[in-house]
Formats: sequence, structure tokens, C-alpha cells
Amino acid sequence: MGTWHEYLKTNGNPPEWPYPIKFGEETELEADVCILGGGIAGCWAAISAARTGAKVILMEKADVRRSGAGGPGCDHWCNVPGNPCSRVDPDTWAIEEMKAGGDFSNGIGIQIQCREDWDTLQEMEQMGGKIRDDKDEFLGVEGRDEKTKLMFSPRYSAGAGLGLPKGYGEPNFNPPEKRNNMVIRIWGSTFKPALKKECKRLGVTILDRVMATSLLNENGKQGARIVGATGLNTRTGEFVIVKAKAVIISAGGSGNAWFMDMEHGGYSSMYSRNNSSDGTAMAWRAGARVTMMEASSPYRIATGLKHKWYTGGGDASYENIPMVDSNGKILPYATQGWADGGAMFSDGPKMRAGIQSGEYELPFYADFAGIDPKEANATWNLMLNEESTTKIMVKTMTEGGFDYKRDQIMNYNMMEFQGSQQYREPGRGGLMVAWDLKTNLDGLYAAGTATFQPGDHSYAAATGRYAGRKAAAYAKSIDAGKVCRDQIDAEKERVLAPTKRDGGIEWKELHNGLCRVMQYYVGEFKSERTLDLALEEIERIEKYAVPQLYALDPHKLMRSLEDLSLIEHAKIMIRAMKERKLSNPKLSLSRVDYPNNDEEEMKYYLALRQEDGKPVFERIPLRYWGNMKEQYEAHNPDYTGVYKPEA
Amino acid sequence: MAEKVFAIPNVQTPSVPVRIDPAKCIGCNTCVEVCQIDVFIPNPEKGKPPIILHPEECWYCGCCATDCPTPGAMAFNWPLPLKPRWRNKETGEVHQLT
Ligand SMILES: Cc1cc2nc3c(=O)[nH]c(=O)nc-3n(C[C@H](O)[C@H](O)[C@H](O)COP(=O)(O)OP(=O)(O)OC[C@H]3O[C@@H](n4cnc5c(N)ncnc54)[C@H](O)[C@@H]3O)c2cc1C
Ligand code: SF4
Ligand code: SF4
Repeated sequence: MGTWHEYLKTNGNPPEWPYPIKFGEETELEADVCILGGGIAGCWAAISAARTGAKVILMEKADVRRSGAGGPGCDHWCNVPGNPCSRVDPDTWAIEEMKAGGDFSNGIGIQIQCREDWDTLQEMEQMGGKIRDDKDEFLGVEGRDEKTKLMFSPRYSAGAGLGLPKGYGEPNFNPPEKRNNMVIRIWGSTFKPALKKECKRLGVTILDRVMATSLLNENGKQGARIVGATGLNTRTGEFVIVKAKAVIISAGGSGNAWFMDMEHGGYSSMYSRNNSSDGTAMAWRAGARVTMMEASSPYRIATGLKHKWYTGGGDASYENIPMVDSNGKILPYATQGWADGGAMFSDGPKMRAGIQSGEYELPFYADFAGIDPKEANATWNLMLNEESTTKIMVKTMTEGGFDYKRDQIMNYNMMEFQGSQQYREPGRGGLMVAWDLKTNLDGLYAAGTATFQPGDHSYAAATGRYAGRKAAAYAKSIDAGKVCRDQIDAEKERVLAPTKRDGGIEWKELHNGLCRVMQYYVGEFKSERTLDLALEEIERIEKYAVPQLYALDPHKLMRSLEDLSLIEHAKIMIRAMKERKLSNPKLSLSRVDYPNNDEEEMKYYLALRQEDGKPVFERIPLRYWGNMKEQYEAHNPDYTGVYKPEA
Repeated sequence: MAEKVFAIPNVQTPSVPVRIDPAKCIGCNTCVEVCQIDVFIPNPEKGKPPIILHPEECWYCGCCATDCPTPGAMAFNWPLPLKPRWRNKETGEVHQLT
């Protein structure tokens, strides 16, 4: 019951669009700080800006309560060296983490995370998020600190990074008294509703179901100070104009420009369709500087070719659970537990060879029943029950009869293998930021996944919280800038164009057309010729297909605009790939015509921006942020730590 | 008399990402609000179950079913290619969600 078709059958007609249609109408609002994207980073930015007294508008494409990658939950609060049980000093850990992330890390974001995410987590608790085992449900579980009731995860417990840590396999590897205690298992499904509640309590104006579409430059000039943003109500089609002294982009990750099949759409990517590169695309159009756009890698998890993560996707962090073959033989597969220091490294080639020789028999299983039930309980009922989309897996499988004390989950990793090299994901590119998480444009800040080389949930939270207070301070220091009506009108026309056509090409076809280009010319084998062909073909799509794009209602219009963002995003990536004439796994870039590395070139980030509509490339030295500890301190002499709620 | 048959386009997949029990659903539209995709629209008739309009865009986050305040009103329904499997370690019997 409940489908559209049943409605049709019962009523003899389809339902009318349930919301008032307001195409062409507009609303104008004003704020000190306007935040685009109300996921983890966006909510934290809104809260911290509002706590300084700023007038804040939070624009979110979905509903803030459960929107974004972290909306359903999160089970690991990572890199939290400030916590009372940590054995590493935050500044030291930040450097280790940066090194573990490779040459192209985001040292600014990592330093902020390491310094401030324990404070952030304590604030999360103040707001009602559950961060410790206060009801003693997990007594005796390894990693539980009896005094604080914090539950530590094995991840990073023996060293930074997700590869096998030093000393693995040696006697007395990773003993409890030496563990880093760097990652906390938390009840993340309680977080997003609590963040929304706090935004409301602080008087943040939340614009749910409003998709940000563009940034407004002062006097409409690309590259000039950012003075506001525009949006589209995804239910009514109303156009929204926000004038703001500062804008923060926290619209999450890049969408999926390689993967076709808009049926089973959510099956096809790690992130929901809502994270579709809008933030990067609008920042690019405004003249902001982006970097790491040349990086793309084959799909690893939750691919359309593969099973959804966790319901046996196999890359899942079933912490502490060994993987066994059909006959119970333990596989060379990371347990991501205390036994391997939380590593995510598995020996794929060995397993592959073992399958072929008959040493390991398929299918494989995650052996929940094979470990201490207390630990299996913690993995199942705490970790998996809280990690985002896995909550529903725990619920449905438990109701369906799965018992972690008795059963083993079938694992598909070695049946599906890695997704094809042609089906790729971006993910490391984003806005280039300086110490205040400010971009190259005055008035424009970025946080969370929207920044280049982003981290995880606690990174998003800590950088959001930081960007919020910095943007608010900037807003206090400056008068409102002047928006330009011509720029607004041009954007309004761009946004509404698909609603003015009755037929032509729908968003799904446009999406798949772009994906074909990316698969054929921007797949594993890239060269000047294929990349040029990609640009030519996208140009044809823009010339012939985009003018036919049509949308029957505001929802379809939102999806259409997302595909336009994806096209913009794809073009930026291809330009960056063309500019980088080298092959190097550190950049996830391989070019057939330049198979060798270029050491000189690898000393720089490749940054791109637009000036007068033309791409400008810049090379910015690695570690451009300087000494992380010193710079952090120089930029934050007035940091006041954990929020003290009013009496 | 035969039931009326409409000429309609193919049904999108997954056909039914969630099942709503109309006897239990109170039409509160919590699921409509929490769904980040807008898979649902509210029923034109107040108090009636929402309508699943965009099932093919579902990303299987489960928020609708976990946040539904009415026990038994909404059941999450994994699409056929995603239904998890497990086995009993002792007996070797393999189960799959139906
Ligand atoms: C299944 C899964 C499990 C995960 N588990 C963990 C974990 O255990 N630990 C961990 O550390 N990390 C985990 N992560 C990653 C973590 O969720 C992300 O790192 C984090 O959510 C990033 O925060 P963000 O604010 O940058 O992006 P998001 O939380 O995705 O927020 C981006 C927001 O922007 C909105 N948006 C997009 N475009 C627009 C637009 N044009 N206008 C307005 N709004 C827009 C989106 O709707 C969304 O709400 C997991 C992710 C997934 C998908
Ligand atoms: S599972 Fe998530 S995306 Fe799918 S209908 Fe429910 S809330 Fe929406
Ligand atoms: S949340 Fe539950 S009770 Fe409310 S409308 Fe949805 S299915 Fe019905």
C-alpha cells in the first residue's frame, strides 16, 4: 500500500502536486551569515555562528533533521586526541594523521579537527547527543573506559592511517596500555535531530527544502566579494534570494558523474543523490579556487554494481569480526579490530589466488558467532546500529531472525570484486581554504566535505563549528555588500528554464549522457586525446541537450539542476586532469600519454578558478599552511573552548 | 465487471522501498519530512498514508522507517538485489530476508 500506482487505481486519477506551485515568485531574506547545506558541517556552522550573536540563515536541500551523509547516524568520532583517555598530544597526532593521508592532505582541516573535535563532541552531548555508555549496556566490552564510560574503537589504536600499523604480527602487538584511544564509538543517530533542535533554539532561520543554486558576487562580478546566495524551493519552485555578509559552503560531496542508472538510484553511490557537486559548481562560477579536481578513483563501496555497504558489501567495518570462508577458514581480511589495530587493509590478491586454487571456498562470511558475544553485541547493536544507513540493516535483519550470537553474515566483496575501473568516483576535490577556512573570495568560507581532501564526520563537525565562528566574526567587521539585480535575474532564468519547456530531455537521460562521456573518455585510460574528446562531447551536450532539458515539477527541476552541477563539475575535473601531465597514485591519476611521475609537479597542488569566464591555473606548494601548531594558535588566540550554555 | 486497467508507464525500481500499513499509519507525515530524497508526498486526504512517488531515488537510509512514531505502520523493504543473507554457524543453513 502507498504507491503512486495504487493511488491511481483507487482514485482513477494521479494525485495533484501537493504543494503550491510558485515558479517565478521570489522571497528575499537577509542575514549576517548564510550557510548552504545543513548536513553535519552546516549545522555546526549555524550553531557556532548563532552563538556569537550573528543572524544566521541555514539553507538545506532536504530537511535538516536527517539530511546529508551523516543524517541517519555515525558510529565513529575519529581523530579526537583531545579526549581525556588519549595517549597522543593533538598537535603530534595532527602531523601523524596528515602524513598518513599522503602528500595531498588537508593539514588545516586536520589540525582544526585534532584541536577542537573533543570540545565539539562535548557540545554535542550538551545538546542531547549520546556519546557514552551511561546506561552500562556495554560493560566489559574492550575499549570501554570505566571512568568516563566512553567507548573507544580499535580504529587508529596502533597508529594513524588505515593501513596495517607498524609492529603488526609481532608479539604483544597493540596492548591496551599503549593504545592511542583516538576514535570514540558514539550513538550518532541521535545527533542530527539534536543539531536541528539547537539551531531552532538559537533562532537560526532554517530553510528546509531549499536548494542553493548560486553565489552572489558584489556588483555581479566574478571573483568579487560574496554578498549572498540564491536558492530554489524544491517543493514549490519559489526562488529565494539571501543577502548575507558571509556565506559558508557546506553542501557536501561531489556527486556521481560516472555512474548511470537512475533506477535504484541510491544503490548506485555511497552518498545520496542530494550530494551532487552543487557547492563546487556554484563556487567555481563565482570565481572561487578549487583544488585536487584531477583525482578520481574506482568505486570502492556501495556501488551500483555491488551490494549496498554493510548488508554484506564486505568493505564494511564489522569491527573485530573475522572474515571466514565457507569452511570456516580465517581469511587474510582486516578485522578492523584490536587484532590488527583497526586497520582496513586486506590482502585482496592473496584471497583471489586462494579462491582460484581452492584454498578459500566462496561464499565468505563475517563470523559474528565466532567471537565473544559481548564484542559481537557492541559491533552489532552499537557500532552498526548507529552507523548511518546501517541502522535499518540491524533492524530489518534482527526482525528477520538474524542473531549475532549464532549467525554469520554473507559477504559479497570477493564475489563482486572491485567495481570496474571505468566506474569511478571523485571525492578529493573541493574548495581551497586558508586558516580561517576562508576561500580566495572575501565573504566565502567552506567546511566539511566541501573543502578539498576532506575528512569524516568529526572533521565536518569541527570544521563547520570553526567556519561558523570565523564567518560570523568577519560579518561583524563589515557592512553589507551590494547584490546585483542582473546577476539575480540571469540566475533565475537559468534555474527556471527547464520549467518553460513541455518536452525534450528529462534529467535522467541527461545524467546518463554525461556518465557515458565520463566512462568512455575519463575512465582508467586517460590521455590528451580522450580528455579533449570528453570536453568536446560535453560541449555538444550543453549545446544540444541542455537547451531541451525539461522539468514537470519543482522536484524534477531540482534533479535537473543537479545534473547541470555535475556537468560543471565534470568539466572542472577534466581540465585539471589535462593540466596535470603525469601519472601518480598519490593523486589517483593515471595518464596513458604521461605514464611517468613528475617530481617537480608533485610538489604542488593544482588550483583552478575562473577569471572573466576563463580557467586560470595556479600551483600552490604542498603544506602551504605552514607550521600547523603555530599557525593554528596564531589564528585562534581568542578560542574559548566548550560552549557554556546560559543558566 | 473487469477492473479498470490504465495505460501507464513502467513502474520504477525498486517497486516498493517501504511498505505502509494503512490500518496503522496515522498520516502524520513524519516520514515525508525526514526523507532526504522526497520519495514521498503527503496524501491529499489528511490523515491517510503518504504516497510513494519517487521510489527509484531512495538511497536506503531507512530514516523514514526508524523515525516513524507509529509501531508497525512502516516496514522497510530491501529491493530484491539488496536483500541480505546470513547463515547459521552451527547448521550451515543460509537465510535471506524476504
Ligand atoms: C553510510 C555512511 C556511513 C558513514 N559512517 C561514518 C562514520 O561512522 N564516521 C565518520 O566519521 N564518518 C562517516 N561517514 C561520513 C560522514 O557522514 C561524512 O563525512 C559527513 O556527513 C560529512 O559532512 P558534511 O556536512 O560535509 O556533508 P553532509 O553531511 O553530506 O551534508 C551536506 C548537506 O548539504 C546538502 N546540500 C547538498 N547540495 C545542496 C544545495 N545545493 N543546497 C542546499 N543544501 C545542499 C545536503 O542535502 C546535505 O544535507 C559515513 C557516510 C556514509 C554515507
Ligand atoms: S529509506 Fe531513506 S531515502 Fe528511502 S524512502 Fe526512506 S527516508 Fe527516503
Ligand atoms: S511516519 Fe509512520 S505513521 Fe507517520 S505517515 Fe509515515 S508511515 Fe504513517
